[in-house]
Amino acid sequence: MVQWTDFERATIQSVFEKMDYDDVGPAALSRCLVVYPWTQRYFGNFGNLYNAAAIQGNPMVAAHGKTVLHGLDRAVKNMDDIKATYAELSVLHSEKLRVDPDNFRLLADCLTIVVAARMGAAFTADVQGAFQKFLAVVVSSLGKQYH
Amino acid sequence: MQANHVDGLYWCKKWLTNTFTQTCAVRPSRHSTSTHSTSATGYNMLTDHEKELIAKIWDKMIPVASDIGAECLLRMMTTFPGTKTYFAHLDIRPRSPHLRSHGKKIVLAIAECSKDISSMMVTLAPLQTLHVYKLRIDPCNFKLLCHCILVTLAAHMGDEFDPVAHAAMDKYLSAFAAVLAEKYR
Repeated sequence: MVQWTDFERATIQSVFEKMDYDDVGPAALSRCLVVYPWTQRYFGNFGNLYNAAAIQGNPMVAAHGKTVLHGLDRAVKNMDDIKATYAELSVLHSEKLRVDPDNFRLLADCLTIVVAARMGAAFTADVQGAFQKFLAVVVSSLGKQYH
Repeated sequence: MQANHVDGLYWCKKWLTNTFTQTCAVRPSRHSTSTHSTSATGYNMLTDHEKELIAKIWDKMIPVASDIGAECLLRMMTTFPGTKTYFAHLDIRPRSPHLRSHGKKIVLAIAECSKDISSMMVTLAPLQTLHVYKLRIDPCNFKLLCHCILVTLAAHMGDEFDPVAHAAMDKYLSAFAAVLAEKYR
């Protein structure tokens, strides 16, 4: 089981409490599709992903970004058993969606950068450390059911 | 081994000069009249617009190189504690003079190189030698520092560090890291 310090718990709760999920979700997903264009392979039916402007303005990308971030909320509320929380989602991504689990890490990196841009100086090295540890656990849990 | 290295360098340089006027791209180009030039690896392509963007961003970092550099290093060592093993000889507490001076060196090297990205292999030759023979940092760590540089830029630039700037910067830093690691073996 993952051990969280008091600082880490408090930081994760605080960062997500202050976050606008409907802003950050779309921003993170669209950034991932722009910076790592090969991730677009999973979104063939999303319409126009031809350039950065199209991606950032695409309503399906925005909607999906919100879905992803609200999904992350489940881990925020269950920090002591993220693995169990995401067991079903992991199976879904492996068996049905067939997403390469490395993509979870790419999206996590983009999310970190979006949060850094939103929080500015408040996103200190220690806050980043806690945030990335949290995302690493999420990423690992999502990859657990791949066989 | 030596012969292979020299051959490799020769072919890399040949690739650089020959592909300047090519418009082929690793992926379909989204810019109709851009010229692409390759990094040493030939895999990362930067358009002229991206190169300008990168140079402009680093130019702004030069006056605050110590602050930015120290922050990048601190972020890296906090988020990826394994990287601290390379700094056993330094005082790496936040705001320490060692961290600031070391961070400044790194930022200035990246900024200097960004002024003429096409000449990256020549500019970085001394740093390549330093990393191979003296520092011997496992190259997997370069991408950890690159990520923390991107986070630092995002924290300082906010919305200005938009996805296009992020993509360009990520490509530049990846190419920089690849060139540094190129002579490892």
